[in-house]
Amino acid sequence: MSKNQHCSFKRRSFMIGAAALPLMLAMPLAAHAAPPATAAVNTTKLAVTDTEVTVGQLHSATGTMAISETGSIQAEQLAIDQINALGGVLGRKIKVIKEDGASDWPTFAEKSKKLLVNDRVAAVFGCWTSASRKAVLPIFEKENGMLYYPTFYEGLEQSKNVIYTGQEATQQILYGLDWAAKEKKAKTYFLIGSDYIWPRTSNKIARKHIENVIKGKVVGEEYYPLGQTNFNSLINKIKVAKPDAIYAIVVGGSNVAFYKQLKAAGITGDKQFLLTISVTEDEMLGIGGENTVGFYAAMKYFQSLDNPNNKKFVEAFKAKYGKNAVIGDVTQAAYLGPWLWKASVEKAGSFDIDKVAAASGGIEFKDAPEGYVKIHPNHHLWSKTRIGQMQSDGQFKVVTESPGLIEPNPFPKGYQ
Amino acid sequence: MKANGLIRTVYGNYWSVAILALILLVLFPLSMDIFRLNLVGKYLTYGFVAIGLVMLWGYAGVLSLGQGVFFGLGGYAMAMFLKLEASDPVSTAIQSTPGIPDFMDWNQLTALPWWWQPFHSLPFALFAVIAVPSLLALIISFAMFKRRVGGVYFAIITQAVALILSVLIIGQQGFTGGVNGITDLKTLLGWDIRSDSARYVLYFANAALLLGAIVLCRLIQQSKLGTLLLAMRDKEDRVRFSGYDVAMFKVFTFCLAAALSAIGGAMFALQVGFMSPSFVGIVPSIEMVIFAAIGGRMSLVGAIYGTLLVNFGKTYFSESFPDLWLFLMAALFIGVVMAFPNGLAGLYESHVKPWLAARRSKATKAAARVAPTAPTHRPTAPASPAAAAGELGLAGKISSQIA
Repeated sequence: MSKNQHCSFKRRSFMIGAAALPLMLAMPLAAHAAPPATAAVNTTKLAVTDTEVTVGQLHSATGTMAISETGSIQAEQLAIDQINALGGVLGRKIKVIKEDGASDWPTFAEKSKKLLVNDRVAAVFGCWTSASRKAVLPIFEKENGMLYYPTFYEGLEQSKNVIYTGQEATQQILYGLDWAAKEKKAKTYFLIGSDYIWPRTSNKIARKHIENVIKGKVVGEEYYPLGQTNFNSLINKIKVAKPDAIYAIVVGGSNVAFYKQLKAAGITGDKQFLLTISVTEDEMLGIGGENTVGFYAAMKYFQSLDNPNNKKFVEAFKAKYGKNAVIGDVTQAAYLGPWLWKASVEKAGSFDIDKVAAASGGIEFKDAPEGYVKIHPNHHLWSKTRIGQMQSDGQFKVVTESPGLIEPNPFPKGYQ
Repeated sequence: MKANGLIRTVYGNYWSVAILALILLVLFPLSMDIFRLNLVGKYLTYGFVAIGLVMLWGYAGVLSLGQGVFFGLGGYAMAMFLKLEASDPVSTAIQSTPGIPDFMDWNQLTALPWWWQPFHSLPFALFAVIAVPSLLALIISFAMFKRRVGGVYFAIITQAVALILSVLIIGQQGFTGGVNGITDLKTLLGWDIRSDSARYVLYFANAALLLGAIVLCRLIQQSKLGTLLLAMRDKEDRVRFSGYDVAMFKVFTFCLAAALSAIGGAMFALQVGFMSPSFVGIVPSIEMVIFAAIGGRMSLVGAIYGTLLVNFGKTYFSESFPDLWLFLMAALFIGVVMAFPNGLAGLYESHVKPWLAARRSKATKAAARVAPTAPTHRPTAPASPAAAAGELGLAGKISSQIA
C-alpha cells in the first residue's frame, strides 16, 4: 500500500513540476542581481512592496497555551531576524504582523482571516494545537494562504496551504516503538493519553504497530481529561498490569502531576521503562528533571543534539532570549518555518501562494538545527527520529537516532 | 385613541431600536469591508445572548452564568446539519468510512450515530436549534425554581451545567468532535456560506433577526408580563402572595433567554463556519454576562452596544497591542463598572438624557426654572456619581423600563 501511495506522490510531484515549468520559462531574469520587480513576483496582490514583504505570526501569546507557544514565537522571530540580516527574501525585508490567538480557537479563526484578507500576508507562521489548526485550515484553503505549522501532530491531514514542519504521528511513533521492542525487549505496553485527538490517534497507531508489527501486547489504554492532576487510579492499574513499557502521551500541565506521582509511587527510570512523545525540554522545565531521570522521549530534535548547525542555533537563541532559555522539539520546528518559506519563494521566484505551494515539494534545508530536512510533496518533512533519555538537569541525552530520514506518511494505511 | 396611544408608544419607545437598525443595516455595511462586517456579524450573534440576559437578569433578576450552554447547543445543532452536508461520500472518499464526518472517522466510528441521523434534514435542525436548548432550560429551571432555588445558588448551578456540558462534549469526541469542535462547514443546501455574497446575506439575516428579537423582548417588557417580572425582581414574595406563580414566570424567562442564545449560536455557526466547545464553558458564559453588564442590564439596545464595544475593543486592542491587550480589556471592564455602574445605557440615562431634555426645554423656553440643575455640565464633570445616581433614583428606574 505504502508503495502505491508513494507512487501517486511521485506522479503528483511530477505534475506540479510540469505545471511550474512554463512559469520558470516566463521568468528568466528572476534570479540575478537587483531584486525582481514587484509586479513579477506578486501577481495576487499580496502585501509585497519593492523593499518589504509582510508575513503574519499567529500564536497564543496569552492564555493556557502561551507557555508552550512562546518558544515557537521566539524561534520564528529569530529566523526572520537572521533572514533579514542576510538581505531578506527576493531582496525584500520581512515585516511581521503579530496576532494573538489567545488559546481560543475562534480567535485563531478570526485572526487568520484578518491576516489573509486584510493584511494580505505572504505567509503565516503559527498555530500549535490541533484544534487551532483545524479552526484556521478552512480559512487558509478558502482565502488561499500559506501556513507553516510547527507542532508534531496526529496526521490524517494534508493541505496545499499548509507546510507541516513538525513530525506527523507515524514518524514520531513507529521508530520509537521498534527501538523499544528491539533494544528494551518490551513485549507488553501500557498506553496513556490526554483525552483529545492527538493522543487518541497516536495511540491508535501505536496499538496497531504493537499488535501487528512488533507482535507485542497492549495491556492497558487509558485517557484522562486535559488538565487532570490525579493519576492515582492509573498508577494502581499500571502496578497491576506490570507492563514492560509505559507509552505516555500526557500533555501540558498534567505532565507535572503525572511524573511526580509516578515517582512518589516508586515507578522511576531505573525500574520501569517509559517512552513518551509529549515531553520536550519545555515540559521538563515544569516537571523537573529529578522526577523523570531515566525515562525516554522520541522526538526529532533535542537541544543537546551534537552538530554544528545546532550549536549555532542554540547559541543564537540563547544570545537573544537569555542563558536559561530552553529549546524543545516544536521550537526548533518553528525555526524551520521562515527558512523553508524563504527557500520555496526563491525556488518559485515569486511570492504567489500557488507558486510557493507548488515549489515546496523537494525543498531542502541543510542548515536545519536537527541536521537536514526536506519537504515531501505531501507538504510534511522528511526527518530523523531520535530517542533521548531524560537527565536530571532537564536536558536529554540522545541515545540513538533513526539511520535515515523517515518519510512522512500522514495517511498510513493499515493504521486506521 | 388606542391606535393613537400605540403610535405614541412606538414613537416614544422604538426610536432607539430604529437608530440601532440604522447603524446595523446601513452604517456598518456602508463603512466596512466584508471582513469587518463578518466580524460584526459574529459579535451580533453574542448580542442574542446579551438581550436574553437583559430579560433574565435585568428584568427577572435571575443571574445565569451558563448562557454559553444554550449558545453552544444552538450552534452545535446547526453545525451538525452543516457538517453532514459537508461530509458527503465523495468529498470524504479518503476516509476509512466515507460519508461520515471526518472526526468520527478519526475516532474509529464506522457508522453515523442514530441521533445524528435526523440532522440530515434542515427543518429538523432548525427545530432542534430552538427546541433542544429550550427543553434543557425548561428542565433545569423547572427543577430549580419550583424548589425556590434562586440568586447566587442558581448562578452556581448554571455554571456547573456549563462545566458538565463542556466536559461531556470534549469527552465524547467521537460524537462531537471533542476539543477541536465541528470544523470545516461549507455549504447550506448547496449554498456556499463562505463566499462574500453569502456573508452579506447572512449578516443582514442575522441583524434582522436580532432586531426582531429586540422588538419581541420589548413587547414582552411592555406587557403585563414585563411589569410582573420587574415586580418579582424587586419584591418576589409580594408577587407570590398576590397569587402569581413566580416560578413559572422565571421558567418562561429562562427558556426565552435560552432560545435567544441558541439562535445566536446557530447564526454563529453559519457565519464563522465552525462550532467549538470553547463557547460552552464557564469563561465564555461569564464573558457574555459582561457584555450585558457593560451595555446596561436594563436596556436591550444598550446590551447590543455593550457587546459591540467589548468585542470591537477586543479585536482592536489585540490587533494593535498584541502584548498588552488583556490589560487594556481589563481596564475597560473596570473603568466601565467604576464609572457607570449601570453600563452604557446608564450613562445615557444619567448624562445624555437630562442634557437632551435641558436643551429641549431651553429651546422651547418653557421652564427656565427647571434648568438650574445645570445638567449640561455633567458630561465633562461626573464629580458626584453617587449624588447623580441618587437623584436619578426613581426617575431612572421608571425610564429604564422603556429604554
